Amino acid sequence: MAYFKNIISAAKTLSKGLGVTFNHIKESRRSSNQVGINDPSYFSEFESGINTLQYPHESIPVPDNGRYKLHNEIDDCIVCDKCAKVCPVDCIDIEGIKATEIIGKTSDGTSKRIHAAKFDIDMAKCCFCGLCTTVCPTECLTMTKSYDFSVYDFADHIYSFATMTPLEILEKKKLLEQSEMERTVAKPLPSKPKPVIKPKLSISSKSEEIAAKPKPAKPVFKPRPMIKKKKNTDD
Amino acid sequence: MSTILFFLPLLLVFAVLAIYGERKISAFIQNRYGPMETGYYGLLQTVADLLKLLQKEDIVPRVASKALFLVAPFVIFVAVFAGFSVVPVLPTWQGASINTGVFFLLAIVSLDVIGIIIAGWASNNKYSLLGAVRSASQIISYEVPLTLSVVCVLVVTQSLDLQVISFQQGVLSNSYFADAENYLFGLSFANVNTTEIGGVLTWNILRAPVLIPVWIIFFITTLAESNRAPFDLPEAESELVSGFHTEYSGFRWAIIMLSEYGMMLLTSLLGVILFFGSWNTPFPNIGSIKLASWTTGEVGSMASVFWAVLWLLIKTIIMVFIQMWIRWTYPRVRLDQLMSLGWKYLTPAALVLLFFSALWRLMMV
Repeated sequence: MAYFKNIISAAKTLSKGLGVTFNHIKESRRSSNQVGINDPSYFSEFESGINTLQYPHESIPVPDNGRYKLHNEIDDCIVCDKCAKVCPVDCIDIEGIKATEIIGKTSDGTSKRIHAAKFDIDMAKCCFCGLCTTVCPTECLTMTKSYDFSVYDFADHIYSFATMTPLEILEKKKLLEQSEMERTVAKPLPSKPKPVIKPKLSISSKSEEIAAKPKPAKPVFKPRPMIKKKKNTDD
Repeated sequence: MSTILFFLPLLLVFAVLAIYGERKISAFIQNRYGPMETGYYGLLQTVADLLKLLQKEDIVPRVASKALFLVAPFVIFVAVFAGFSVVPVLPTWQGASINTGVFFLLAIVSLDVIGIIIAGWASNNKYSLLGAVRSASQIISYEVPLTLSVVCVLVVTQSLDLQVISFQQGVLSNSYFADAENYLFGLSFANVNTTEIGGVLTWNILRAPVLIPVWIIFFITTLAESNRAPFDLPEAESELVSGFHTEYSGFRWAIIMLSEYGMMLLTSLLGVILFFGSWNTPFPNIGSIKLASWTTGEVGSMASVFWAVLWLLIKTIIMVFIQMWIRWTYPRVRLDQLMSLGWKYLTPAALVLLFFSALWRLMMV
């Protein structure tokens, strides 16, 4: 009797299976709407129908507070260097040139006193923690909704936001030198020290200092001189 | 004889569209889109694939038996394609009108296995050889229930000529046999004459309803004969790479693929001719509403050509769809399950049904 039971159970289960797949064919007339995770229908949307996201042609809306590619609105940037300091992976590279006077206002009314000669963000290093956007006093550094920024060349991961031309940089540097010279010439006035700005004077040199500090504390590469020696003898 | 002019282009177009269809059906079953990028809704995907295949190098493994390796795909294709030679397309157009058409068809289709064994053995690859051996054992065991299920039909139709079988199943039966009579469900004592009604009522499955379970056996065995899932052990991707055609590439691989889809088409055509009324319309004549006659046309007229080809192809495509639907529903059976299904279930069932078919034939006259 097991023989006939087998036949019956096979017929039952096989037809059930065909029913399941046929329902899928029927439901595939409908494609799921690509809703974001914020949408209340997010979990019910994909219960039936075609779920494929045809990516380059369509994409899921990203949440407003998503952390993706960084963007700096350079016109609003006061080159305070806070973002570069807070960055845990040191992916922001800033070079500022102190201006001789206030060079403009940001959109929230803060005065700009430093020229941004260089504002590079290396998105290959970025860990998307978002700390830089939190510390930014003028909120010029933000995270955008763009998450697909793959590139062919590794160097293309570095995004430059500074808009100054080399000529302008040179000019501003000269101006700064000039004003510093004037100040040293007018040194006999120690009562007017302007100490507030002075430490900020050259941000680049400061960051270089910071960067340079750990170097001597890293004598890890002992064999290096040996290799060098060998090379020298080979030469 | 000239049906090659119809079947060769049909086979090529069918293979292209069926591969596309198969990918779409599998995608829909799995909640995907399938090919979408090449052409509108991915329609040109198979054409692109085909062009790629034709450009590929024809690789012959160094240790393969070269001559046999090169010739095997064509042996398979010829065996499958020769089967089309006896298939009728129109009431007035049949391939070879031989009296033993069904017998010829079954015999020539089994030659297919020789090509598969040559391909598998000549490749000198363990996967290919395993695939070939599996294929041989599978086709030989399923030949028995397949033939028995076809014999069930032949007992009812009393003819081996596929065109004769086609004529019996519709309103044209009288134009071929002057004294042909069809009764509802083949019960002549009930005396409901359906000769003039035609349509679905005179198809073999309703001429003798005992053929419905026979069709199920026929269908299962043709799946196994054409190496389709769930009986695709000879090319089980997950175990044998791709079985007997592991070593093939480019054009020769395309030929093997074409033969596989050709086999699907052939077995579907055979199923339609034997069970589902061949080129006959499914609509019956109801009183003065002569649906069957309208959708059949005068024999020899253009309307008749149109309707016959339309019905034959629609039914065949539905059969092919069922084959694909089954492929994407069921997992592959194990070799021992395959053998036990073939020998312990299908063969005895076919024998019992053969007996009942013979009894039914007695009621039909």
